Amino acid sequence: MSNAVEFDNIDVIFGNNQAKSLELLDAGKNRDEIAEATGDILGVANVSFDVPQGEICVLMGLSGSGKSSLLRCVNGLNKVSRGSLRVHDGDWMVDVTTCDTKTLRDLRRKCVAMVFQQFGLFPWRTVEDNVGFGLELDGMGPKQRREIVREKLALVGLDQWADKYAHELSGGMQQRVGLARAFATDAPILLMDEPFSALDPLIRNRLQDELLDLQDKLNKTILFVSHDLDEAMKLGNSIAIMEGGYVVQHGTPEDIALRPANGYVADFVAHMNPVHILRGRAIMQRVAKDQRTGSGDLPIKDENIRISLENGIIRAAHDGDLGELKLINYTGDLPTDLDPMDNSVIFVADDTVLLKDLIDMRGITQNPVLLTHEGRISGTLGRKAFFESLTQTASPAD
Amino acid sequence: MEWLTETKIPLGRWIASLMDALNEHADFVFYTISDVLEFIIENTVDLLVWLPPFLIIAAFGALAAWLHKSWKLTAFTVLSLLLIVNLGYWEATMETLALVLYASLFCMVIGVPLGVASAHRPWLFQILRPVLDLMQTIPTFVYLIPTLILFGLGVVPGLISTVIFAIAAPVRLTHLGIISTPKALLEAGESFGCTPRQLLFKVELPSAMPSIMAGLTQCIMLSLSMVVISALVGADGLGKPVVRALNTVNIAQGFEAGLAIVILAIILDRICRRDTNENTGQ
Repeated sequence: MSNAVEFDNIDVIFGNNQAKSLELLDAGKNRDEIAEATGDILGVANVSFDVPQGEICVLMGLSGSGKSSLLRCVNGLNKVSRGSLRVHDGDWMVDVTTCDTKTLRDLRRKCVAMVFQQFGLFPWRTVEDNVGFGLELDGMGPKQRREIVREKLALVGLDQWADKYAHELSGGMQQRVGLARAFATDAPILLMDEPFSALDPLIRNRLQDELLDLQDKLNKTILFVSHDLDEAMKLGNSIAIMEGGYVVQHGTPEDIALRPANGYVADFVAHMNPVHILRGRAIMQRVAKDQRTGSGDLPIKDENIRISLENGIIRAAHDGDLGELKLINYTGDLPTDLDPMDNSVIFVADDTVLLKDLIDMRGITQNPVLLTHEGRISGTLGRKAFFESLTQTASPAD
Repeated sequence: MEWLTETKIPLGRWIASLMDALNEHADFVFYTISDVLEFIIENTVDLLVWLPPFLIIAAFGALAAWLHKSWKLTAFTVLSLLLIVNLGYWEATMETLALVLYASLFCMVIGVPLGVASAHRPWLFQILRPVLDLMQTIPTFVYLIPTLILFGLGVVPGLISTVIFAIAAPVRLTHLGIISTPKALLEAGESFGCTPRQLLFKVELPSAMPSIMAGLTQCIMLSLSMVVISALVGADGLGKPVVRALNTVNIAQGFEAGLAIVILAIILDRICRRDTNENTGQ
């Protein structure tokens, strides 16, 4: 998959002594030391990573960590002091750090749209005129604009509100208008600067779900700034954690949760609820590679259970005391006809299953869960690994 | 102390000779300006006086009703204007109205662009601020004398003095409105690809509009407060009967003319003022 945005050694310094500050940065000085020496503020330091097309990448960190500063570089609201930042749209490529104002304006009108924390809606415009703002700037006529605006408002469920003013709407609805405005130009890249932080938790959750639904339909590339790890884990295909202007860890949500790079990340993770993020494959005991496609009996470590495999496909499971166990394939819903604590059954699930679903399965049977990858066994999840994952002491054996 | 007073710096003389020089070498410029302005204003006054008073009163009433949808304001407007007709000050009121409207028009046409320019260029505002302070605080009579010399007796020196006095309000309030455009809105405008011109017309000016309108109403009020002084240099209008009343100690006439000024002020202020809870959002 091709990249939509590429950050290449990006430094951002706010102030008038750029050259001196960059020199100090190269000499390994931190933000406070640079501020003291030159009066400049270090916004972003030495950031390099790529955002593949169609992915949601979350920039995470405490306030002042540089996440918003980095986001704003993508559409040139912040000026990059050094490095190169490439934005791709199909075959079209722009280096934001070197392009002229005309190109930057084209980029903002057609390629990169933005959603703001405080919504940034114009109070003197109706909802309809707010959503059509980007199209209007580009010189589209009112009739054509109206059609697109109605369509985008329908997308966010606000088609009945087109003639209202922003302040007549609730916060959640205002941000839906903000979303519709960003969708209106059909820009493939979306910048979202803590878009849901100003909303109450219930509405925030609902908008997160809506965003994920919309993303399934629209398949945009989204850069999302958040200070809430739960939000980041829920939305992000990848997460970049920032501290003092640096990206301290960039990886999948599981990487971040299970292998925090330093104490700062670990502190974030410690306050996170793991059940919505961790997947079976991250916490399971892996089955050795040669057995994944092998045949014969496979004993499960720490349990009195053996499973019979045929080319890696699970055919049966046997308990030392109870005898033959009933295999249940988990496909998203639990069977309702089972008694709780029925130890005569054993679940088989794909190894991308979420920890919260594994908890449901464990609520029915004490037996370990068998995990598969493309139909063949890949791991098992016994009592020990299961409880360790909940207290996040798990260190998966790779 | 003597050394300090021995040789007086000829500050006043410099200004006087500057005026003399201007009057001597550039008098045609000032007389042309004066003639053009006088022509415009007098024709407007002629038109306003020629129209039947009831038509103008009805127009004011309709404007009040249409803009503010308030029967109270409409009733007040109509009744108080009828009172002016009854008192016999209709013609003077129309003369004053014309003067105030043109003074406000010039103030806005010059003041709003100046306010916008100074909001975008802090150095310009640094220069402009003391000048505006000077224009507002220097006693009116002081610059009445040179304008009188340059433009001759009549409505034009009155208009120019009024503009000098009142222009600070729209400049300052436009400047204030533009610089207090919320940063979030500026960023929203920029992030969707505004050109600088689009940013001004689609974001900054609409956002500053309440402030600019406040500048307009203030400008009208300040212009009205100058009508008596304009009368001193020969401008027609409600100032004249006030000055005459002062000279003849005529309490009745002074009170009636003063009341007409107040009525005009209240009507113009209420009609121009935007309701604060209308479409302003947060």
